[in-house]
Amino acid sequence: MLSGLIGKKLGMTEVVDDNGRVLAATVIQLGPCTVSQLKTKATDGYEAVQVTFGRKKPSRVNKPLRGHFAKAGVAPGIVTREFAKVGEGELKPGDVITVADVFKPGDLVDVQGLSKGRGFAGVMKRHGFAGFPASRGTHEYFRHGGSIGNRSFPGRVFKGLKMPGHMGNQRVTISNLRVLRVLAEDNALLVHGSAPGPNGGIVIVKRSAKRAAAG
Amino acid sequence: MNEIVRKLEQEQLRKDYPAFRVGDTVRVEVKVVEGEKERTQTFTGTVIRINRAHNRTRFTVRKVSYGVGVERVFPLHSPYIQRIEVVSRGKVRRARLYYLRKLSGKAARIQTTV
Repeated sequence: MLSGLIGKKLGMTEVVDDNGRVLAATVIQLGPCTVSQLKTKATDGYEAVQVTFGRKKPSRVNKPLRGHFAKAGVAPGIVTREFAKVGEGELKPGDVITVADVFKPGDLVDVQGLSKGRGFAGVMKRHGFAGFPASRGTHEYFRHGGSIGNRSFPGRVFKGLKMPGHMGNQRVTISNLRVLRVLAEDNALLVHGSAPGPNGGIVIVKRSAKRAAAG
Repeated sequence: MNEIVRKLEQEQLRKDYPAFRVGDTVRVEVKVVEGEKERTQTFTGTVIRINRAHNRTRFTVRKVSYGVGVERVFPLHSPYIQRIEVVSRGKVRRARLYYLRKLSGKAARIQTTV
């Protein structure tokens, strides 16, 4: 099967685990994804399975992509990604892959998404700086970062210094989230913890890169 | 809210409790898992707050134990709550009975209706 799937973050809720603890959980609509192309060592230099998720109006798909999907005989999706193939079993273009095929409760997964954009953010929000006291004589200097360097030595501001700037709207990966439940009939996955991005945002769920599934 | 999320939350709701309100005295039986063993713990006290939030609804029970005020927050829809029994109904005019924390003895009583 595949090492991951494409989905949509639906929202967060709470569930109670077997020890009576209350866990924060994210519901992700995952798949079904359709195989649109197989990358092979012979033609592409590497092995991978390209899958597509969701539905896109044919009028919104550009000509090169329309041709690509027509070749596979697959309706164009909104997101198309490649995943590594794991385990046994042959896949061919047009095959539909669902959550239950890829994940089972207890698996550890990495969830990747585009974080919520915060615009141009100051150092307190962006880097967690403490700011300045609200009282005791602070004058027009409440949310500033303070000094950014010394004097004529070194005479410059060091590279990589934490400063205000654009925050969010970045690709973020949250690793090692535990799969709590697989809702096969709803094509959804329940994971312990939060996932990047807004509700309705596209997320990619992969098998954990760092740790194997714990029993 | 999304349909699937709503359904998931709906499944968790428990409707097997007697109705109780803020001010009532209740006996809550909770299942406690200690390693291999399971046992039931009871907590009896006054409901001083109900935080209604669908499947995340919590309620706070307060009692005075050996002269020390003890408050415990229970998730209403947790499967680990075995039983809730209403001991007596209280007549109160507030939704949150935080004022009880400052009172003790006779002053901390609530007028009961049943």
